[in-house]
Amino acid sequence: MAGLEVRGASFTYRGVGGDVAALDGLHLAVADGEPIAVIGPSGCGKSTLLLLAAGLLSPSQGEVAVGGTPVAGPRLTTALIWQDFGLLPWKTVLANAALGLQVRRIGRVERLERARASLARVGLGEFEDAYPGELSGGMRQRLALARALALEADLLLMDEPLSALDALTREDLQDLLLELWLQRRHTSVLVTHSIEEAVYLGRRVIVLTPRPGRAAAEIDNPRMGEPGYRDTPEFYERCAELRHLLAAEGAVGGGPAVDGGPS
Amino acid sequence: MTGSLTRKLVGYLGAALVLLVGWQLLSWAVGSPALPGPLPALAAFVTSFATDLWPHLLSSARRVLAAIALGTVLAVPLGLVLGRSPRLDAVAAPMIFLTYPVPKVVFLPVLLILLGLGDTSKIVLITLIVFFQLLVTARDASRAIPPGSVLSVRSLGAGRADVFRHVVFPATLPDIFTALRIGTGTAVAVLFLAESIAGRTGLGYYIVDAWGRLSYDAMFAGIIGMALLGVALYEALEFAEARMCRWTRVGR
Ligand SMILES: Nc1ncnc2c1ncn2[C@@H]1O[C@H](COP(=O)(O)OP(=O)(O)O)[C@@H](O)[C@H]1O
Ligand SMILES: [Mg+2]
Repeated sequence: MAGLEVRGASFTYRGVGGDVAALDGLHLAVADGEPIAVIGPSGCGKSTLLLLAAGLLSPSQGEVAVGGTPVAGPRLTTALIWQDFGLLPWKTVLANAALGLQVRRIGRVERLERARASLARVGLGEFEDAYPGELSGGMRQRLALARALALEADLLLMDEPLSALDALTREDLQDLLLELWLQRRHTSVLVTHSIEEAVYLGRRVIVLTPRPGRAAAEIDNPRMGEPGYRDTPEFYERCAELRHLLAAEGAVGGGPAVDGGPS
Repeated sequence: MTGSLTRKLVGYLGAALVLLVGWQLLSWAVGSPALPGPLPALAAFVTSFATDLWPHLLSSARRVLAAIALGTVLAVPLGLVLGRSPRLDAVAAPMIFLTYPVPKVVFLPVLLILLGLGDTSKIVLITLIVFFQLLVTARDASRAIPPGSVLSVRSLGAGRADVFRHVVFPATLPDIFTALRIGTGTAVAVLFLAESIAGRTGLGYYIVDAWGRLSYDAMFAGIIGMALLGVALYEALEFAEARMCRWTRVGR
């Protein structure tokens, strides 16, 4: 069981230049096995939300629970994937994929076996001796995914994982994310800047308000995951709906402006 | 592997040739017995090596190796911990800022008086020098690690020891090797000074002794020995870095 529950969570960064309220009384419930997307303008607290869910920060008010248990620190089968930094450049692809298992003191033989299996699953089987510096951006995100798979993660937290990729690679990786979810049915929280990505990969899409973050609106997207969904009129309708919602929240001035670069 | 080794060898031979030719020209231009040409100097090195030079080379090598090893083992863990722990660093940083700029070599007389003319005083002096260079480098390098790298490993459930093993140590290793290579140069220089002032062993003593006897060929044999010692240390570090930091050489 890996449903995520955020109950009135607030978080304030205490900085040198003063305090920043990143989240303010956020409520969010993600059912076990449900894939959701979170979208909102830069600085609205999306990354903070994931750090809270991953147990790397604790809320200053409210509560975050995974699988019914309050989060008190990193959890064994939660995986956090983000755009930079996730991989260690000094470790080979295989060692990176096995890192989570190594930190969890899984024996060498089992660790490497599981890491190899997950590398094969994301199409990196032939690159296990390479270093991340030798991989393309898309391959690096595949590697980050392989690490999560090796952990047998039941909760995937992804912070704009594809926003640095070119359009074609990004669609490839979106298809891989969808395929993995269809096979594994893990709970998934995808933070994204892209309206199309949110609608393609989120059965629900949550819109956060600008600073401090609160869930302002959400759209239901029940046909997410159906074959060929990206080419249906319904897909475009959902995208348009989401775009209008964001415009109403003052997040964008309409049009594809949200689909900008990383924050 | 063999290809790069051959290329390296050719490079070395070329550089050596240029140096030898330059040396010969300089020796002709100066025209003094104090600067013999490379041929008599190398001949003197070969003949004296087998007889009286090698024990001196050995004691110099032993001293400098012991000091570098000791300085590294003491400085690197301490520097890495200070760089990662703002509280400890707040205590230690003023000490480091006050002591780092003081040239340690001025303590040579004190060390000679307190620790005698033998190995200990020389090893302690060089250890001090290597220690401070590595301490400052390790501290700065571990402070500069991107917080995201640490967070990513912590999100996997890593504790402090795991963070050091998987992030802090490997991330700072290239900087530590750079500091070691620079420190090795200083170490050999200080070794020469210490050996030339005190004791009757080591290449520093050998060189200054030959100088006093106006035996310039022997003096140059000693100089060549000292140069070889420096080159060997540098190459050993280069080799170790190539093995331990393979990732810095890929994807560029
Ligand atoms: N380490 C930090 N220290 C101080 N302020 C921070 C820190 N991280 C984020 N913030 C601030 O908190 C707010 C929310 O940040 P973040 O969660 O990264 O938003 P998002 O991911 O939606 O762009 C922003 O205003 C940001 O400037
Ligand atoms: Mg962010």
